[in-house]
Amino acid sequence: MKYEAPKSIDEALELLESEPDSCVFAGATDIIPQMRSGRPEPKLMIDLKCIPEMVQIACENKVWTIGAAVPAVLIAGDSALKSDFPGLAESAGLIGSDQIQNRASLGGNVCNASPAADTVPALIVNNAHAVIASKGGMRTLPVALIATGPGSTSLNAGEFIVAFRIEQPLPHSADAYLRFIPRTEMDIAVVGAAARITMDKAGNCTDAVIALGAVAPTAVRVTAAEDALRGNPIDEDTLTKIMAAARAACNPIDDKRGSKEYRTQVAGVLAKRVVIEAADRARK
Amino acid sequence: MTDINAVSNTPNSYKWVGTRPVRHDGLEKVNGHARFAADLSLPRMLSGHVLRSPFAHARIISIDTKEAEAMPGVKAVITSADFPEPHRKDYVSLNLMARDKVFYEGQAVAAVAAGTKRQAKAAAEKIVVQYQELPHVLSIDEAMAEDAPLLHENLITKGVEPVPGKASNIPSRTLFERGDLDAGFKEADVVFEQEFTTKVVHQGYIEPHAVVADTSSDDRSVIWCSSQGHFMIRAKTAAMLGWEPSQLKVIPAEIGGGFGGKTTIYLEPLAAKLSQKAKRPVKIVMSRDEVFRATGPTPGTKLRIKLGAKKNGKIVAGKAWLAYENGAYPGIWGMLGAMCLFAPYDIPNFYVEAFEVVVNKPVNIAYRAPSAPMAAFATETVVDQIARELKLDPIELRLINAVEEGSRKPDGPKYGPIGFKETLEAIRNHPNYSIPLGPNQGRGIASGYWFNIGESSSATVHLTEDGTAIVVTGSPDIGGSRASMALMAAEELGIDVKLVQPRVADTDSIGFTDVTEGSRTTFATGMAVVGACRQLIDELRKRAAMMWEVDIDEVEWMDGNALHTVNKHAPLALAEITKSAKKTGGPLTTTHSLEARGAGAAFSTQMCDLEVDPETGAVTILRYTTAQDAGTAIHPGYVEGQFQGGVAQGIGWALNEEYVHNAEGVMENPGFLDYRIPVASDLPMIETIIVEVPNPKHPYGVRGVGEVGIVPPIPAVANAIHDATGLRMRRLPMSPMTILAGLNQKNGSA
Amino acid sequence: MNRRHITCTINGDKAEFLCDDDESLLNTLRDELGLTGAKEGCGTGDCGACSVMLNGRLVCSCLVFAPEAEGATIETIEGMADGEHLHPLQTAFLEGAALQCGICTPGVLIAAKALLDRNPEPTESEVRYALAGNLCRCTGYDKIVRSVLDAAAQMKNNLQEGDRL
Repeated sequence: MKYEAPKSIDEALELLESEPDSCVFAGATDIIPQMRSGRPEPKLMIDLKCIPEMVQIACENKVWTIGAAVPAVLIAGDSALKSDFPGLAESAGLIGSDQIQNRASLGGNVCNASPAADTVPALIVNNAHAVIASKGGMRTLPVALIATGPGSTSLNAGEFIVAFRIEQPLPHSADAYLRFIPRTEMDIAVVGAAARITMDKAGNCTDAVIALGAVAPTAVRVTAAEDALRGNPIDEDTLTKIMAAARAACNPIDDKRGSKEYRTQVAGVLAKRVVIEAADRARK
Repeated sequence: MTDINAVSNTPNSYKWVGTRPVRHDGLEKVNGHARFAADLSLPRMLSGHVLRSPFAHARIISIDTKEAEAMPGVKAVITSADFPEPHRKDYVSLNLMARDKVFYEGQAVAAVAAGTKRQAKAAAEKIVVQYQELPHVLSIDEAMAEDAPLLHENLITKGVEPVPGKASNIPSRTLFERGDLDAGFKEADVVFEQEFTTKVVHQGYIEPHAVVADTSSDDRSVIWCSSQGHFMIRAKTAAMLGWEPSQLKVIPAEIGGGFGGKTTIYLEPLAAKLSQKAKRPVKIVMSRDEVFRATGPTPGTKLRIKLGAKKNGKIVAGKAWLAYENGAYPGIWGMLGAMCLFAPYDIPNFYVEAFEVVVNKPVNIAYRAPSAPMAAFATETVVDQIARELKLDPIELRLINAVEEGSRKPDGPKYGPIGFKETLEAIRNHPNYSIPLGPNQGRGIASGYWFNIGESSSATVHLTEDGTAIVVTGSPDIGGSRASMALMAAEELGIDVKLVQPRVADTDSIGFTDVTEGSRTTFATGMAVVGACRQLIDELRKRAAMMWEVDIDEVEWMDGNALHTVNKHAPLALAEITKSAKKTGGPLTTTHSLEARGAGAAFSTQMCDLEVDPETGAVTILRYTTAQDAGTAIHPGYVEGQFQGGVAQGIGWALNEEYVHNAEGVMENPGFLDYRIPVASDLPMIETIIVEVPNPKHPYGVRGVGEVGIVPPIPAVANAIHDATGLRMRRLPMSPMTILAGLNQKNGSA
Repeated sequence: MNRRHITCTINGDKAEFLCDDDESLLNTLRDELGLTGAKEGCGTGDCGACSVMLNGRLVCSCLVFAPEAEGATIETIEGMADGEHLHPLQTAFLEGAALQCGICTPGVLIAAKALLDRNPEPTESEVRYALAGNLCRCTGYDKIVRSVLDAAAQMKNNLQEGDRL
């Protein structure tokens, strides 16, 4: 295996083209353990952390741009970003330990395409778009369309994600992310739940986006729960509907980390809790 | 004068024992200089890699190493053919390199030594092993079934009359009984019978096994490794090589955690043999994955227990059927469970039957008070049930039934002075016992017993010219025992503990010493240190008498000085005597070896406060309090550390830890991501109460403290969950998933 | 393939080494540079025993490719003490009996120092979460957490005394 650390997007694209068996990375927190447990080493590892635009966070014209190689710690700790997207910041702050958060990136979390990726539901509810570079130029794609199944993405050969773009939220709108793990830290999500809730002055929900992680081959939107929320107060009745809708949206696997039944039941609980949390924030 | 059983001064007058000095090996451990086994490199050293079985149970048809031997950098390849046929009961040697069959996924099949780790691994992958898969058994039920596939075709159950006519997967049965069981249960006003199951768990030491072996000639090898006993390494490695122990020298490295898991060998004979073939030193370091698949774990169990009590709380009868997994080869784990199960209580009528069961999983080895935590899970849960039924305080019920000095253990011997009741009273009197609990919160009480052992130990004390005492033992220090040795030596010699240098020496440099196990080191090796110090004091008095030209009977030893009892001479300090040692008969060195008897039994009572999230089943430990009898705490800081470490491991075992095997018998969670040991944020502070009921068989009253702390946490957590939710947990781990399933069933929903 | 030549700064000193591209920083520190204070407990970033500071950030050196060290500043446990003068965390760990076997200690100390450098007065809970990536199987964490809190208090005291002088 050969290691290269290009200084520009163009240089990275050249490298990617030069070696079909190559792999881009930022934190390597997924790829190294995977290689240790038998994933074949690629011939070329391309380290994206030396490309300036990939490690920047900026907000211009009401649009946030987060470099795909920015370490999670900076996303969790950026106070302006956190004030716009507390849920996204929380999701980045839940990835592994401090040691992991100092390396792991949004780009890696999204492209590793684990159904349990913490930041993916949070990115989806914020309608984040990935900016994808290729020799042919840049294109953007909603994050929801990137993972196509466990470990697989819709990115073409020769492409990689440069950054994520998210529009600043409207007033009285807020996001939240919750996940369930057996311990307090260091586990993979058994269930993850993100919500973005917009409230009106009367206390009714005017808009909602809800996404769940770790309960299906990819993160899933819970549109039935969103419909149940829109135009309604967040009361017992609505919350009961949300729980039922979240559970109905689940199509989980049974594995060492959680049974189908357990994931499904807890998905309802987390969906309810995350909606309450996001709504509380939106009211403020 | 050199009676090492003589009790030292009264406890109140101790100057060093009971203090908390900085440990002597501490500096190296906080600046990264301490040398663990994987830290050692030798010139010309090769790297080894072990090829392991992918199957849970298979016949080995053939092994072809030709291609591997031709790979770049390869200097040696070994298989079982390179070792003599082991004795049929030498299960360690049989386990370490598969012969005609593999018995579990991860068992070693071959090993390679090459220039680099990568070369060794690449070559190992070229070894062609032809397997014929065999049906496997993974659980006690599967293994004990009438028509179960057999692991060992000639295994006949021991301890059963008449001797069974056919082989089974049950190597042995142990029976302990007392009184008249039927009469006992007839007398009872309340009877509870429950079944419990627990999973295989791993000791989870953070340091993977590692070894460097240098077999410089065909009849001599030097081995560096971390273990709980380098004399054990010497004996077992020699057995597998077909050598005499004296042909090996084993040098102990610092050990990065053992908890019982490093009381056996895994890599040492393999490295020694590879080194012999390659004629170069060989280092092998396990990956974490190998540690989980091929070492350790401690048994999974299935336990049925029945207890009967009278209305006044007196337990009058107990019956138990225990089955302990042993992994692929016979062990002693069921028997140990049977010894501990009812040991805390004076039960007049009982019948305890325990079975060992072989399964296609890694061979089990000790884990801190081995077999006792599962047994306590069963007993202490049912005891809690009785207390609730009779509306008795759970501590009161235990006090009514608690063993005391003179009570008999289930296996026969009488208890000496023990502090069980004192631990119960200490918890009852602790302010935490009366803190009010909120909704979904619960409090659980549980006690535990471990017998502790003595065994062989040796100590040598050298006095240097400058008056420093070098205290040498053969006991690997797995949790601060060097500090305890230094404190006892300082107390005996009457010198500052800083003037004592405790060391652990290799097998050529100190007398035979058994493994650091059974909470024996501060007790037994401590006695050897005390013995050597007392001999040394006699020698120092003799030297002072020579220097003063007086009769030795006129010389006493006090506070590090020779005193002339008739006051003609001014006191002579130890350093002055050592300075002129050459003139008074030469070096001042003494050695004491012994087979220690009289280990005092250990008891712990613990209280767990927790909260259950009724919607997810998640448990948060809010408070934890433990009271344990230490006999005498030599270094209270490290005594507390032992209590706390045991509790943390017990909580992990209770809540999340388990081996997960798939249907093919392949372990699915061989890493710290999915084998979930507690992290710092999972636990609260663990409050400790050191109870001190001295053990009269030790000069300072020491009883082992290392193990019993892990016994009560599982039932303490289970009883607290019941208190919080009304749910009786009888299956480990008590993970959120199990708890939520239980709550669903209880609520009749979902 | 030729081995790569790397130049970096380790514990304040310039260091050079040769590495394969797919080697981990941990193996390089241990095998090439003789800095064996960082330990491999898992090799997958789950135990933290290999923790080092890389360009001012706490990382698991088992999850860093050795070539990433080019031009980097690395701090390991071997550089924590200032000559004979121990860091207050090291002193607190010794006095508080916060280590038993000692295998996790270097990683725990590095992580604890990273915490105190950014948050000099952490709460117990902050200490626990900051050390969640460092597994200790011996201590139950109690004495580790207390020692980190003690060291923080000691460092604050030292600062105040420094101000008074």
